[in-house]
Amino acid sequence: MLEKNHILTPEKWVKLHADYLYNYTISRINNHEISKDLVQETFFAALNAMKNFEGKASERTWLIAILKRKIIDYYRKINSIKGKAEVRMNFYDDGEHAGEWIEERVPSSWVSEVEKDIENRELGNALEKCISALPEKYEIVFRMKTIEELETEEICKELDISSSNLWVIIHRARLQLRKCMEDNWFKK
Amino acid sequence: MIMMKLNCDQATSICDKSQYNEASFLEKIKLIIHMFHCKYCNIYSRQNTILSKCFKKHKHQHSSYLKCLNNEEKCCMENNIKEKIG
Repeated sequence: MLEKNHILTPEKWVKLHADYLYNYTISRINNHEISKDLVQETFFAALNAMKNFEGKASERTWLIAILKRKIIDYYRKINSIKGKAEVRMNFYDDGEHAGEWIEERVPSSWVSEVEKDIENRELGNALEKCISALPEKYEIVFRMKTIEELETEEICKELDISSSNLWVIIHRARLQLRKCMEDNWFKK
Repeated sequence: MIMMKLNCDQATSICDKSQYNEASFLEKIKLIIHMFHCKYCNIYSRQNTILSKCFKKHKHQHSSYLKCLNNEEKCCMENNIKEKIG
């Protein structure tokens, strides 16, 4: 059987693939400008790498592979920015109470009819606000795991992080989200 | 028995993991034992279940429609590529 040989048509890339690549990126990064830039950079990197294209994969598959590298690079960059946007501590760090709740961060009871609230569209907006308020490196992992419902293994591969690292991030993100939703919605 | 004991940080961490059905059997047992005597982690766990339902319910509110670049942005990208090709 003859192997199908794919060819590259860079003059048609934007028309054929820009929206697809953009969608892939925005569902992970959730920022229009950054996603747009990453797509543009992907096209540039692809132009430079055209001579390495062997025609075994389709043009789109090849572009996505380049985009994935760009997303990892971006994630590494924001992940290395320390301190600034760190989530507030919820537990004592050391001493005899290490690992216990810090008093002013303990969960307080929510009003009893919260279950009925779940359908409320306004609640969706409040959730979105709280997710957007997370430090970006947590937001990306949280969205991929919870909103896009990607497999743990897949996220670890896509962002080049370990699974224990992923669970620490999910833990911190959910602690902050719980507090944020408590303050902005469930306590009212 | 000392191995079975969790602090609140570890307990809530397992609780978060179990929201995605990815906590192990042993972890779940430890969590249940911890919640037996910890009021706060008990509240956390209940609220976590509510939050998971909320995330599920509303995950499509913002992501169900296809997101696109506008024509101007595409045009700009296309020109940038043409410029590079020369």
